[in-house]
Amino acid sequence: MTAPVSISLTVNGERVAAHVMPRLNLADFLREHLKLTGTHVGCEHGVCGACTVRIGGEIVRSCLTLAVQVNGATVQTIEGLSDTGEIADLQAAFRDRNALQCGFCTPGMLMAAQDLLQHNRNPAREEIREHLSGNYCRCTGYQAIVDAVETTARTRMERSA
Amino acid sequence: MSSIRVNPDTLSVLDRPNSYIGKTVPRPNLDRLLQGRGMYVSDMELPRMGHVVFLRSPHAHARILSIDATAAKQMPDVIAVVTGKELSAVITPWVGVLSHLKGLKSAPQSAIAIDRVCWQGEAVAAIVATSRAAAEDAAEHVAVAYQELEAVTDMGTALDPATPVIHASLGDNLAFERIHDAGAVDQAFADSDAVVEADFIFGRHTGVTLEPRSVVADWNAAEARLTIYQGTQAPHMVQNIAALHLGLREAQVRVVCKDVGGSFGIKVHIYADEMATYALSKLLRRPIKFVADRVESFNTDIHARDHRCKGKIGVKHDGTITAFEIDDLTGIGPYSMYPRTSAIEANQVVNLVGGPYTNKNYRARARVAFQNKNVMCQYRAVGHPIACSVTEGLVDLAAMKIGMDPIEIRRRNLIADDGYPCASPSGLRFEQLSHHASLNKIVEMMDYRALRAEQAALREKGIHRGIGIASFIEVTNPSAAFYGVGGAKISSQDGVAVRLDAQGSVICATSITEQGQGTESLTAQIVGSVLGVSMDRVRVILGDTDMTPYGGGTWASRGAGIGGEAALQATKILRKNILDVAAVILQSTPAELDIVNNAVVNVSDGAPRIELNELARIVYFRPDTLPPGIQPELMATKHFVPREYPFAFTNGVQAAWVEVDTDTGFVKLLKHWVVEDCGTIINPQLVDEQIRGGVVQGLGAALFEKCIYDERGQLTNANMADYLVPMSGEMPDIDVGHVVSPTRESELGAKGAGEAGTAGAAAAVTNAVNDALKPFGTKITEIPLTPQVILTALGRI
Repeated sequence: MTAPVSISLTVNGERVAAHVMPRLNLADFLREHLKLTGTHVGCEHGVCGACTVRIGGEIVRSCLTLAVQVNGATVQTIEGLSDTGEIADLQAAFRDRNALQCGFCTPGMLMAAQDLLQHNRNPAREEIREHLSGNYCRCTGYQAIVDAVETTARTRMERSA
Repeated sequence: MSSIRVNPDTLSVLDRPNSYIGKTVPRPNLDRLLQGRGMYVSDMELPRMGHVVFLRSPHAHARILSIDATAAKQMPDVIAVVTGKELSAVITPWVGVLSHLKGLKSAPQSAIAIDRVCWQGEAVAAIVATSRAAAEDAAEHVAVAYQELEAVTDMGTALDPATPVIHASLGDNLAFERIHDAGAVDQAFADSDAVVEADFIFGRHTGVTLEPRSVVADWNAAEARLTIYQGTQAPHMVQNIAALHLGLREAQVRVVCKDVGGSFGIKVHIYADEMATYALSKLLRRPIKFVADRVESFNTDIHARDHRCKGKIGVKHDGTITAFEIDDLTGIGPYSMYPRTSAIEANQVVNLVGGPYTNKNYRARARVAFQNKNVMCQYRAVGHPIACSVTEGLVDLAAMKIGMDPIEIRRRNLIADDGYPCASPSGLRFEQLSHHASLNKIVEMMDYRALRAEQAALREKGIHRGIGIASFIEVTNPSAAFYGVGGAKISSQDGVAVRLDAQGSVICATSITEQGQGTESLTAQIVGSVLGVSMDRVRVILGDTDMTPYGGGTWASRGAGIGGEAALQATKILRKNILDVAAVILQSTPAELDIVNNAVVNVSDGAPRIELNELARIVYFRPDTLPPGIQPELMATKHFVPREYPFAFTNGVQAAWVEVDTDTGFVKLLKHWVVEDCGTIINPQLVDEQIRGGVVQGLGAALFEKCIYDERGQLTNANMADYLVPMSGEMPDIDVGHVVSPTRESELGAKGAGEAGTAGAAAAVTNAVNDALKPFGTKITEIPLTPQVILTALGRI
């Protein structure tokens, strides 16, 4: 059997060191080792988007990333984005618009939506739909999510104007 | 809605000042989910918890010759490897039948297969280890010898005498048959000006909840008590079934349901692997966790639909529908599911076909066949999409045949809005529906005439757009007629206990459950409105058989209508009790007092008299200051079950506007409209989102979703890359409108809204595609409407 590998990284601003098996994926590392269960596991083959996290500021599927690959990296999860207040307005828009039902896709959806808004301050509805099209939601039918993202973009534009 | 009247006791609770009923308010406690701080079963860990992985059959039908787990048991971190035979020491098998479905038969099913496997994916051994990864490693070292048997896969031949019988003890592969004949069907067809027939095909699909089925079972040998943490819609049903088959009393089983990552009917059943997990915990005397992975979700979560239905409609030149006839066949896998059975969907198809219309001549046959595929059972909108697609497809074909507009033929045949109460030709009783008001509203919302003009203009340019209409009825608020009468221990009653705590807040325990629909919100809205307290003072407890009243849970669109009414009635009693003690404290009379904004006030001038927290302080801590003999009661419990109507039917209509690319066969959904009548609306936003989510599930079935089996019973697309679900890029915006006909069975007047979207979406889209392809003379009656289906119909491939 392969031996564990030691890694160190920053997760939500905290330094983390661990010995992990090479096959351990980042989603399982976050959930089972760090108990950050906000990163959800939906399909385990990179299709559903529920496990989306940020590595070095870019969103990735943590189920398709090995824990050993993030050695030395900076990882942010939904818990981190919540605590810094970075997406408080987006979360409020989701709440007000009921853009979540069961909530299982929501952390990944918020990650993807914030990524869009960072790259495109004023996305059209079609662009929002396109950017979120790798995140599966079985409950809402997506319209409320698109509305919430659109509202957040508008509010941020007005605030910065 | 908030007008002030003299005596609050004469006010409907819906009209009380500051009512939350009918208002869009955000659901309480959403931050937990928004911050990734929910507690789904897949997140749970308990001390000494083992993880179970099931080794599953690679064959659709095979005899198990031997299982050798010697090597697996030597693997690191393995706790146990358990076969079906070994597990049968602690759990008994079951048979999924109900007595009111006359003739329904099934064979005994075990938690883990013993001797024989009957579908690809049936568990043959459980591997328990300290981690899921270790259990998966060990599973690869369990050697099973199989003797492959002939697999019965095609439901079309499953009932032929030449086809092998899956369960010899049953005699044949026919699980259930229902025949219905009302009116004079043959005469009606003979008297028709036109008769149209079509074969409708519905793909097998599944729920794809984003969180897979998950269970943590924790047998405490010292307490002799099993705690089951499960993402389920029906905790008391799970309690009953687990106790029954583990040889326990119900009091020895506690079922706890925290956050649930999607359900849609997938999580209202009890699966063999879940039963095995309960049993493993008892056998191994430690907590055991089972979380299905995505591949086994596709192979073991119930599938749904998979119907082939011959349909026939008769019509007069003036558009009058003279008769409907259907012959429906469905394949349900090797066992009828437990405990709700797999005959309900076909039964619903018979019940619902033709339901919106005045026609009285109706003949139907439904047959339910066993086959060696994954089990099939109730999924969101059970039977409705089939019945609606067949009915509305036939109505459109009839309209096309006689050259009548699809709106017009419906106007001429829908039951009149003042024609209630009445019954359908299958015997369903309707209290009050609003088909015509709904149709008028949707025609207005979509600007039907303008769309037709646009369609005609685009045709000139070779762009083929179509409009599809589908009226529907929906079963909600089921009484005992659904399951209880057939002998299932599934409560049709729900209960709510509501109490005032010592600081004037309210704690409300309800037996209905939350999977994201907004159960917590609607309960808090009702309690807050009826009592006169703000919603933030209402804490709702649900999903725990130790903590809540006994009840059915959340399924079949019953939460708001049944659980909501129980909340209303319980809170009325609490309100009376509070006013009684307030009158004593204030030396007034209850009739002179009301509760508004968390305080007892005068009815006459609205002046505040005593805050609820002060009243609670006196009752709990200084009862010595009350007059002798006063025993205040600041807790109340009520249950509710519909008694007059077996089901509260709702109705509505959907419309789709699509574009078909005749070169590629792709269908683009441009816009979708729904008008729906669910009676009293408690929270408009939550109702609209139920409708939208339901529509999109129906659109998935209409365009993408299909479990593709090969002839040997192998599921060939059991992953999310090959099994297509609706994603945001392909889905349209959906406009939702309402007509409101409250049920008089309850004071609340609410009916359900959970199935409506799924019920009619596929029918509307299919009708729209056929409308778009009208110039080509094609008629497609098969879903999913894949490019292959469309190009084949167009003769392009």
